[in-house]
Amino acid sequence: MANFTPVSAALGGGLIGLSAVLLMLVTGRIAGVSGIFGGLLDFKNNDIGWRIAFIAGLISTPLIAGWLGYAMPTPKMPASWTVIITAGLLVGFGARLGSGCTSGHGICGVARLSGRSIAATAIFMLTAIVTVALVRHVFGG
Amino acid sequence: MLMIASLLCGLIFGTGLLISGMVQPTKVLAFLDIFGEWDPSLAVVMIAALAVAIPGFALGKRSVRPLLAAQSFWPAKKSIDQPLVIGSALFGIGWGLVGLCPGPASESLTTLSPGVAVFLAAMTGGMLLHGLWQKSRPMVKNEGALANTADG
Repeated sequence: MANFTPVSAALGGGLIGLSAVLLMLVTGRIAGVSGIFGGLLDFKNNDIGWRIAFIAGLISTPLIAGWLGYAMPTPKMPASWTVIITAGLLVGFGARLGSGCTSGHGICGVARLSGRSIAATAIFMLTAIVTVALVRHVFGG
Repeated sequence: MLMIASLLCGLIFGTGLLISGMVQPTKVLAFLDIFGEWDPSLAVVMIAALAVAIPGFALGKRSVRPLLAAQSFWPAKKSIDQPLVIGSALFGIGWGLVGLCPGPASESLTTLSPGVAVFLAAMTGGMLLHGLWQKSRPMVKNEGALANTADG
């Protein structure tokens, strides 16, 4: 557990929770990124202003952090384009079919003690852990 | 005002992801790799987020209406149905393959990493495919309308 960073994890997690609570108390919306993002792709949906604003805030955070002297590290991605595309398709399709992702189910849903979200979170944690175990320890990626 | 509040929430959310290190796929994968050199940081992120969000949402449920909107959009569905189970399982496989989910992937756009851009394009494609597939199944249209308030 050499890379365990409990202090920054707790601080960052607290801010994520705060954002979810503020969005609900102030705008009445759920801070689920796949739901917010997905709503922008439904062209019959006219409730898009707050969605664009939230995503804009999310996207511009690293730019502001950069101005303040903190450069966000470039994410380390797999070498294989096939893996990246497959993963993207599964994440997008799966999050919409399952009505949520790590933020909508994992934080907001679990926080409102929704049985659906607790089940969803347990399921995606399990399949993700199995996937990593297969990739790293069975097929030795 | 609604837009400004939403923008600020996006910024706070992004700051949380950035500080916690969850924008880095290797950090997420290190949590999911329970048979390797396990890094429990993501569990701490979730526990801290829930420690704030559980009392916050309890307060929200008791309030008559949100500060800047006419009503709160609480998710309506209650049952653990087949789409939830299958969708979540597929989502987890994709998440485990790369270590990116929609929040950190969106936030990483400005790093101009080609890998992230392709992932985001594929993720958008997956969402559009889901929309097309739903439209091709008239039986579920009513259910789809009911589920307009997705869980997240």
